[in-house]
Amino acid sequence: MTTAEKYVTAAYLVLLGAVLVYLVIIALKVARLEEEVSDLIRLARERRGG
Amino acid sequence: MTGYAADVAALARKDLLLELRSRDTLPAMLLFVVSALVVFHFALPADSSTRAETGLLWIAIVFTALLGLTRAFAAEREQGLLDGLVLAPCDRSAIWLGKTIGVTAFLVLAELVALPAFALFFHAIGWELVAAVALADVGIAAIGTLLAAIAAASRARELLLPLLFLPLAIPVVIGGVGASVATNPASFLGFLGLYDAVFAILSWASFEYVVTE
Amino acid sequence: MSTSLRNSGFALAAAGLLVGGIALALFWAPEDADQGFSQKIFYVHVPIALTAYACFGFGAWKALRLLWTGEARYDLESYTAIHMGVIFGLLTLVTGSIWAKISWGHWWTWGERQLVLFLILFLFYSAYFMLRYSIEAGPRRERNSAVYALFGAALIPVSFLAVRIAGTILHPTIFTHEGANLPGEMLLAFCICLAGVLALAATLYRVELAGKRVDASLRELRELLA
Repeated sequence: MTTAEKYVTAAYLVLLGAVLVYLVIIALKVARLEEEVSDLIRLARERRGG
Repeated sequence: MTGYAADVAALARKDLLLELRSRDTLPAMLLFVVSALVVFHFALPADSSTRAETGLLWIAIVFTALLGLTRAFAAEREQGLLDGLVLAPCDRSAIWLGKTIGVTAFLVLAELVALPAFALFFHAIGWELVAAVALADVGIAAIGTLLAAIAAASRARELLLPLLFLPLAIPVVIGGVGASVATNPASFLGFLGLYDAVFAILSWASFEYVVTE
Repeated sequence: MSTSLRNSGFALAAAGLLVGGIALALFWAPEDADQGFSQKIFYVHVPIALTAYACFGFGAWKALRLLWTGEARYDLESYTAIHMGVIFGLLTLVTGSIWAKISWGHWWTWGERQLVLFLILFLFYSAYFMLRYSIEAGPRRERNSAVYALFGAALIPVSFLAVRIAGTILHPTIFTHEGANLPGEMLLAFCICLAGVLALAATLYRVELAGKRVDASLRELRELLA
């Protein structure tokens, strides 16, 4: 691999890396939302019961 | 005089009178700009070019303006007057214009000291530099007044204003330094004029949205 | 379910166009006569930069709509668009830096106008986030952020002009005033890459906006249940 090819590969990997990092952020966010929704369901059940 | 111009004149006169009585801002700006020039003398190695000195003058001007702008809405905020001002029966953009005229006056007064002090400490200055400073003052005051109003509504106003202001001041510095050192100052002066026009119109048109409760 | 259909449409378009565009750029488009293989960065760097401008412009348009109509939903849309713009702006800085390294041997060069411009914009829009975080949520924050976003739309051409009259002429001029002077294959690969990155940005925008809306709805729900 020449130097030019290495740098070009790096530039394209930056884009791929950014998308993957975004995927991680969204995964964390979905996990947090899931937790929050189940928390709210528990709260709503309690309200109904009591 | 039409109603709008009379409102603007009254608001600008109020700011200048207030400053004349309390002497809060202008002496601080004067002292700051002279101190900054002295600091710059020691920051520059002895064999620095006059172009580097000119660049530092622009830094001094921008930061002195920032110092003044931090105080632009201080009186209104401390006494809770901004809401009253907004309710006053005048166009809200007149508040911006009056305040901008006041800020420009402060800047011009500070530079009436700073430019001779610079010529005394560093090197002689040409007409292009004076013209560039005059044009830059208008742009800085126009945009700075609007940003000061935005920052005044936030929690960390003294902290926020420089962050909001400096990226917008970069074109002013480019135009100002270019006009002072380049061989073709006219194009840089033209650019500063364009900057003033664009951002003055934008600030004038959008001020209403910033102060409405 | 048209929203989710459109979301997957954007995502599929992004995937197809990006894979196709990058394959065309790397294997089909001819090598540049002057710069050789390193010119291939152009197909990722410039589409990302143009997409960042598009995001900032879109954010400013939504800000204008907010001031115009006063509808609160435009605030979140404007914020999300600018959020995407900052991400793509950061990517522009990184890929541009790689290009500068390979072309001139330095990671940063002030002669590269596009990079300097993006640094200014990055600082400006970082301050936009600071502004949002230091005002309580409400109409005042919506309007102040919208006004600042509009200033961004004016700052882009003004800074472009400023950097242009200030800078040296180092950045390779791909487009001249007469139009594109790229060979046909290069132009086609570039346009497909640009469409792909725009579709990617649109997908991310929609996902991010949906996430922020769910956040807001959950907060409201919690207040109702409390």
